[in-house]
Amino acid sequence: MIGGLFIYNHKGEVLISRVYRDDIGRNAVDAFRVNVIHARQQVRSPVTNIARTSFFHVKRSNIWLAAVTKQNVNAAMVFEFLYKMCDVMASYFGKISEENIKNNFVLIYELLDEILDFGYPQNSETGSLKTFITQQGIKGQTKEEQSQITSQVTGQIGWRREGIKYRRNELFLDVLESVNLLMSPQGQVLSAHVSGRVVMKSYLSGMPECKFGMNDKIIIDKAGKGGVTNEAGKSTSGKQSIAIDDCTFNQCVRLSKFDSERSISFIPPDGEYELMRYRTTKDIILPFRVIPLVREVGRTKLEVKVVIKSNFKPSLLAQKIEVRIPTPLNTSGVQVICMKGKAKYKASENAIVWKIKRMAGMKESQISAEIELLPTNDKKKWARPPISMNFEVPFAPSGLKVRYLKVFESKLNYSDHDVIKWVRYIGRSGIYETRC
Amino acid sequence: RYFPLLHGPGVTPKTIIIFELKAELNNEKKEKRKEAVKKVIAAMTVGKDVSSLFPDVVNCMQTDNLELKKLVYLYLMNYAKSQPDMAIMAVNSFVKDCEDPNPLIRALAVRTMGCIRVDKITEYLCEPLRKCLKDEDPYVRKTAAVCVAKLHDINAQMVEDQGFLDSLRDLIADSNPMVVANAVAALSEISESHPNSNLLDLNPQNINKLLTALNECTEWGQIFILDCLSNYNPKDEREAQSICERVTPRLSHANSAVVLSAVKVLMKFLELLPKESDYYNTLLKKLSPPLVTLLSGEPEVQYVALRNINLIVQKRPEILKQEIKVFFVKYNDPIYVKLEKLDIMIRLASQANIAQVLAELKEYATEVDVDFVRKAVRAIGRCAIKVEQSAERCVSTLLDLIQTKVNYVVQEAIVVIRDIFRKYPNKYESIIATLCENLDSLDEPDARAAMIWIVGEYAERIDNADELLESFLEGFHDESTQVQLTLLTAIVKLFLKKPSETQELVQQVLSLATQDSDNPDLRDRGYIYWRLLSTDPVTAKEVVLSEKPLISEETDLIEPTLLDELICHIGSLASVYHKPPNAFVEGSHGIHRKHLPIQHGSPVSAGPAAPIEQAQSVIPSQGDLLGDLLNLDLGPPVNVPQQSSMQMGAVDLLGGGLDSLVSDGHSHRIANNRVYLFGLECLHVHISLFIVYLFPQIWLPAVKAKGLEISGTFSRRQGQMYMDMTFTNKALQHMTDFAIQFNKNSFGVIPTTPLPIHTPLMPSQSIEVSLPLNTIGPVMKMDPLNNLQVAVKNNIDVFYFSGLIPLNIFFVEDGKMGTFLYFFIFFMSKDIYTVSGKLQNDNIYTIAKRNVEGQDMLYQSLKLTNGIWILAELRIQPGNPNYTVKHPPNLNSPHSELRSHLLFLSVEV
Repeated sequence: MIGGLFIYNHKGEVLISRVYRDDIGRNAVDAFRVNVIHARQQVRSPVTNIARTSFFHVKRSNIWLAAVTKQNVNAAMVFEFLYKMCDVMASYFGKISEENIKNNFVLIYELLDEILDFGYPQNSETGSLKTFITQQGIKGQTKEEQSQITSQVTGQIGWRREGIKYRRNELFLDVLESVNLLMSPQGQVLSAHVSGRVVMKSYLSGMPECKFGMNDKIIIDKAGKGGVTNEAGKSTSGKQSIAIDDCTFNQCVRLSKFDSERSISFIPPDGEYELMRYRTTKDIILPFRVIPLVREVGRTKLEVKVVIKSNFKPSLLAQKIEVRIPTPLNTSGVQVICMKGKAKYKASENAIVWKIKRMAGMKESQISAEIELLPTNDKKKWARPPISMNFEVPFAPSGLKVRYLKVFESKLNYSDHDVIKWVRYIGRSGIYETRC
Repeated sequence: RYFPLLHGPGVTPKTIIIFELKAELNNEKKEKRKEAVKKVIAAMTVGKDVSSLFPDVVNCMQTDNLELKKLVYLYLMNYAKSQPDMAIMAVNSFVKDCEDPNPLIRALAVRTMGCIRVDKITEYLCEPLRKCLKDEDPYVRKTAAVCVAKLHDINAQMVEDQGFLDSLRDLIADSNPMVVANAVAALSEISESHPNSNLLDLNPQNINKLLTALNECTEWGQIFILDCLSNYNPKDEREAQSICERVTPRLSHANSAVVLSAVKVLMKFLELLPKESDYYNTLLKKLSPPLVTLLSGEPEVQYVALRNINLIVQKRPEILKQEIKVFFVKYNDPIYVKLEKLDIMIRLASQANIAQVLAELKEYATEVDVDFVRKAVRAIGRCAIKVEQSAERCVSTLLDLIQTKVNYVVQEAIVVIRDIFRKYPNKYESIIATLCENLDSLDEPDARAAMIWIVGEYAERIDNADELLESFLEGFHDESTQVQLTLLTAIVKLFLKKPSETQELVQQVLSLATQDSDNPDLRDRGYIYWRLLSTDPVTAKEVVLSEKPLISEETDLIEPTLLDELICHIGSLASVYHKPPNAFVEGSHGIHRKHLPIQHGSPVSAGPAAPIEQAQSVIPSQGDLLGDLLNLDLGPPVNVPQQSSMQMGAVDLLGGGLDSLVSDGHSHRIANNRVYLFGLECLHVHISLFIVYLFPQIWLPAVKAKGLEISGTFSRRQGQMYMDMTFTNKALQHMTDFAIQFNKNSFGVIPTTPLPIHTPLMPSQSIEVSLPLNTIGPVMKMDPLNNLQVAVKNNIDVFYFSGLIPLNIFFVEDGKMGTFLYFFIFFMSKDIYTVSGKLQNDNIYTIAKRNVEGQDMLYQSLKLTNGIWILAELRIQPGNPNYTVKHPPNLNSPHSELRSHLLFLSVEV
């Protein structure tokens, strides 16, 4: 198990050091600094073995978090734990920065004592941690409160405390998708997938039992066969269903129920959390198509023409569109002409950045650029990195639709109809690249 | 500001700070004290020694402020060990806290006490711990469970004596899932140091409890439970299936460690499920999507996932064969993710997807990272070898890359082109000219060796081959062994192809290799060539220029036994390093090796059969044990045979059996079969070996020989063969004038002395004689080969009989091959030693051992009296009394005809 946990600043000075196991000595702190943080070469692996001691690290801005062990630990768990720790710290004091860590080091030690025992991760849900690690000291807790805390920390529903009350029961669903594409210069899709998240903000009283439904092909097919189509209260016919390759759920979701009935039921944590992640690869709506044309004119000039086409309903508007056209390192000057938006050559980033604020569906726009090159005797060819794109569209490129989210709370007197529900869809570009 | 009066000689600013802190720690105000403790902890964090403040900090412990208390505890955990006497001051406070009405404080006390590794404190820990294990509050119980593991780490005996292990086992049935999870974690850890005890007591009831807790506990608890479940061996397939059914839902968990641990359980239990069953196939299908999903996680988790997928793809390629696209490299993937993806891409490349893969690889070869580009170039070569249809395109891609003249790209390309030449001989030689243009830019041993090999192999097509090779000869002694060996072989090849112009060159290289080199490998090989060339150039040609075996398609496969062990460690560090835990874990932890479960009730072949086939094509990556054996140019051998390599190489090997030497030094890089274990592609004797250990048997029954009965056997003692016979007179008259004669036989066996029976044999008398034999007689091939026809004469008549000579008596004592090969005890087991000991008595020598798929493989050498060498692989399966003997694949050699008839020997040990 994890033998120790260190946090360093970018210089390699240790900000937090907590050792859990006797086999980890103080020299481990220095070993990591010397061999990884101060190493000349770029980091080649997130796992480093130095003198039979293994170091796992993640970086958050310029802060290094390292877990150390001498045993054959579960590596995936260690990284998941480090991420979790970042989440916990962020939810307590915001950004993970040197200053914040220094100012909160007592809190961090207290957290580390609680969420890691002898190197074994313990309950790390901020919801319940915040009930008893407060930095205010536990004042005047009654016995009931104490046992409520402990039963929540160790209990089955560690993520939600009892007795939550809202005057207005309300929930918000965000379907956030990132669409990834790698396209050949000829317009052939080399790989494309959507990785999506359903984020829920719930402000519900009591311990509500929720059930979430979407246009997942398997569920709809199942329902269709069984003849029970209006699970959602309205007919699903005419709506397209989508094939989900795989999905993962927040720990509140009853996985065995999903496995057997493919129904997503859960008691949600209070406030904002990620309900599920999913991935689809079939029938993806690619919101933009990039058509590149690069021509080398002699050794000292490049002509680039890029056309983008938007491929969605004309009534919808894409936003924050940015096309990044890489330029060779020996670029001496660039002239750009674009029909829409603004384009600029950014020498420091070796790219032409073309920004368009808004663009409706089924439109197209074009940029052309002349790139002048300094003659070099560098034998190596320019690697021609792909043209990448960023954008945001108000629909889900996977085609996912939320069909329902039902809320049942039998003990309190509100019903599913009383809950105010909101949903929105945002599709963003992930790695959206076209080779040129 | 005033400074304390202490300021004077010997008082540094550091002591001032300590002094100030001391004052603050004893301040009357609570807030001040708390601030002071914080400062102490801050100093401690950055590595300053604040241990001298111990009594003052401990004084602050008596407080009802939980935050302050935690800080003091933190300090205690750090310094108690260095100040054991003072640490005892804290005991009272701990014991008191363990009784506190607040469960959080009780847990805190017991948690901290377990972290203080001071004997005196540990003694006081037992009572509170016992209470806490039975505490009414689950939070205290879950903390106490971990504390047992802590205590075990400090004093294992105490934990056993105090019966804490039983209490821990009771907690597995606890009503609270987190308590269960922690108890499982603690028990798993403790049981690692007692590999044989059945601490966890995994029986179906307990498994059921764990599976129930699995649905309810935290993500971390699920990991502990899944990791523990993976150590369980279900008793039959039904149980395995029902566990799998309850584990599969975990594949949808958001925590990647939960997913990987579930994958581990499923991969292990898949072994137990019948391959034809529907469930087996459903399960395989279910495994693929979650593995792909892992790749959309954070880069570090992606890395862990990819390292594991690399194992899974080797074990069960069918799971991800459709998913190659997800392993395409993204431009901004971290380099460690890129390299791993590339590895998996090559493994998944097939005819169906080769076009896409090649297009990708071409892109990658133009990237900036040197390692990545090299690997991409290498990958193109692998594709050519793996998918024949793509070979042509791969070659032209490689040529394009060579034209870029980027040094490392060129070198890498030449190395892979050499392999392509091996795979498709006489197909792409037209590009040799292009390759030769780049000769000067090669500065890496691998690339130089590859180029030299190509020049030597195709010497007849390269006009200036002699010049090219000569240019390497100038700095011969500065080259690496690999280059030296290749150069030696290449020049010998050149000489055999163009003897007239290159005599000088070959003499030069032979003398460089034999006289001026300290490297035994090089020297031995030099001597062999020398003798070969000087004694029998025709044979030399046959040997050196013989056809080479084809190379295998897969590379860098993990050795199957190791692979299986690593599959048992999915998700863990071992799976990231691709090394068994004992390679990087110290002490008792992890020494216990894990095995995949074996399907019950069906022949062993069902499970491990496929991997055995695979084993044939394993090419070890550099650095693993087998790789050491194959790589002739590695450092000093780990286990050098006693005899000096010189003696044996020069004398024995070059005797009569030399004709079967086939030597080509290049082969070690892409060796595709085990013959190379013996260092040279040598001694290819086509045999099925059967040793018949004859107990004395009756060769000539009395009824057939007028009352004379002869029984006997053959043996070998002190380097001499004997025919041990018992003559019994069952007739009524005495017998005299005995004589014996052998017919011509395969081995030219004749008696060295007349039959030593000098006195008449009286009725019903027996006489035992030992007839010394040698093998200088006339040879005639017999069928069976080891048949011996004997004529015995006495005063009555002449009788004929025949017997089979057990081959082992021909095995000469110097049959130990040791010279230029390094051998190495790969895997030791008692079993193997008995066998090889027994065999050694018969002059069959074990050259190398390895363990594949749980079977011990012995590589044997032996030499017959007529100088023929025999190599064999002996496969021993635990629990299976039959040993399988396998001979090296056939290669053409002059005497193969004789040898193909040779020997049937069965090993009865």
